[in-house]
Amino acid sequence: MYMKMTLKYYFDYAATTPLEPRVFRAMRPYFSQKFGNPGSIHDAGRKTKEAIEKASAKIASILHCRSKEFIFTGSATEADNFAIFGMVKANKAMGKKIIVSAIEHKAVLAPCNALAEEGFEIIKLKVDKTGLVNPADIAKLLDSNTILVSIIYADNETGTIQPIREIAKVIKKFRVQNNTALPYFHVDASQAAQYCDINVEKLGVDLMTVSSHKLYGPKGIGGLYIRKEVKIKPIIFGGGQQNNMRSGTENVPSIVGFAEALALAEKNKNRECVRVEKLRNELEQEIFKLIPKVVLNGHPQKRLPNFLNVSILDIEGEAALLYLDQKGIFASTGSACDSQTLEPSHVILALGRPYEYAHGSLRFTLGKYTTRESVKYLLKYLPPIVKKLRQMSPVNLKIGKEKEISLPKAFVSGQTPHFLRKRKSK
Amino acid sequence: MRKIKKYKSDIVNKFTGAKWVYSKAVKNHFFKPRNFLACDPKKSEFDAEGIVGSPACGDVMRMWLKINQKKDRITSCKWRTFGCASAIAATSALSVMATEKGGMKLDKAMKIKPQDIIKRLGGLPDRKIHCSVLGDKALRAAINNWFKKTSQYDRIMIEGSRIIDPFTKVTEADIEEAVIEGALTLKDVQQRTKVGAGYPQCLPEVEKLIHFYKEKYFGQDK
Repeated sequence: MYMKMTLKYYFDYAATTPLEPRVFRAMRPYFSQKFGNPGSIHDAGRKTKEAIEKASAKIASILHCRSKEFIFTGSATEADNFAIFGMVKANKAMGKKIIVSAIEHKAVLAPCNALAEEGFEIIKLKVDKTGLVNPADIAKLLDSNTILVSIIYADNETGTIQPIREIAKVIKKFRVQNNTALPYFHVDASQAAQYCDINVEKLGVDLMTVSSHKLYGPKGIGGLYIRKEVKIKPIIFGGGQQNNMRSGTENVPSIVGFAEALALAEKNKNRECVRVEKLRNELEQEIFKLIPKVVLNGHPQKRLPNFLNVSILDIEGEAALLYLDQKGIFASTGSACDSQTLEPSHVILALGRPYEYAHGSLRFTLGKYTTRESVKYLLKYLPPIVKKLRQMSPVNLKIGKEKEISLPKAFVSGQTPHFLRKRKSK
Repeated sequence: MRKIKKYKSDIVNKFTGAKWVYSKAVKNHFFKPRNFLACDPKKSEFDAEGIVGSPACGDVMRMWLKINQKKDRITSCKWRTFGCASAIAATSALSVMATEKGGMKLDKAMKIKPQDIIKRLGGLPDRKIHCSVLGDKALRAAINNWFKKTSQYDRIMIEGSRIIDPFTKVTEADIEEAVIEGALTLKDVQQRTKVGAGYPQCLPEVEKLIHFYKEKYFGQDK
């Protein structure tokens, strides 16, 4: 009963997805029956080696690359780290400038911050109000010192889809004009792989991160596509598995599951896109109809079909989240209260939204088990929860006047709060 | 409403030992908030009013009080809060504390500390401590407002603060706020407040203050 309800009113598919039963069936033999180490030369080892080869070939045919161009990692975070640190290690003599967008996932931003401490120049590209990166901005920033451009395919908070092909063209043009192989172009497709085109030939990317548990595969496995010509060095050393690129005994069941999940996602892509988008649009329209003072975060059209991120003014995301949780509805927020750092979502702030908006942001992400009924259930409970919290709230923001601080005299000790000081110093 | 299977009420972080899930008392106050003011009050309805926080930093608390001047006690305490679950629960619990047993004496109410509210709530997750801190400040602001109205100027307590760094004008309260918000090392606090930039002589004192506030809000072993 609990399982079923969890799935029905689960609106957090961007956080993770349940393992698809078919994927689980494919994985099952590789736990206790076909358990051999793929590095062993005997039959038990050869069997699992074969399974890995098959899984690699399956993934390669979906990405339109060669089998050996795809390296399995322990997570998408590891794949991002591998892409950045691995390529920096191999190419640091060529330059010290890396361009990323301001709305990258922490798995990209944190390695970049670490590199910044080592003296690398990290450019965090601004996005427009809808969350889009402008390829022309990248063209302006490219120079002979730039070794890597890393842009997220679709960010994990608003789901805005970036113009990856256009950015790839800009980078290619620069490379041809200057007769160099650099900069490389890395794309984090963790969220996007389920719903977007991940044909690396068409996209024109050099490195691409794919995650398994975002597309109904097992957790603890991800992978990085590395174009054959890309110079990269491993960051994990050991027994030399996966062509020396990522040591450690291969996680055979998860690799099998990952390939199966990706194949299923690819097969159902078009149909799921249409179905989920219809439900999402319905939810979006109804929320805007039923609740006053709501702002959409992200691009109105160029967005993953299962993403809806809204800022509900005058209330705080975490409080709303817990009231929803009480009704068995699971969602997510960009509010500071829900983060480890007590800083609100950097993605919502990068859209140029004030702090107030980020605190009131709610993310609903739909998926395979979302039905019209689940959307109706959410729509039944969300408006009264918002009403109750607004009744409790002393805040009354006005759309369009968000630049003004609502109650300046209210600060502790009547002082300028730290976030305003930060803004001033910028 | 359909019933959801209850899971274990507390989850402990294996790295920090910090509790995450809210206590029963917090949940109770959050889902059934006491004394919150549903309609805007008329001017004469309350004797005093106080407000702290800002929507930008994530928490705002506003309090209205009715006070029995003869007995010097709070007779009614109503509030509105913009904030997360613990902020709402903390204000709700505070309002109960201020009005129970015939109402709290004003002198006692002025001395309520965040820890008192946290104790009443049966504890709060570490990173939620700062949410409850505003509650007592809002109450003090309201009582100060009352003292002003009734010309008892000698009783007003100003939440003033000493300037530590004359260049950046960082005060003790700034350091306190930074620590509450999770900056537990000198580097973190400097990142937030820019204290000591151009006046490194003040840094030993800043370190002392960080240590003091760390103990005050998070206990000794952190």
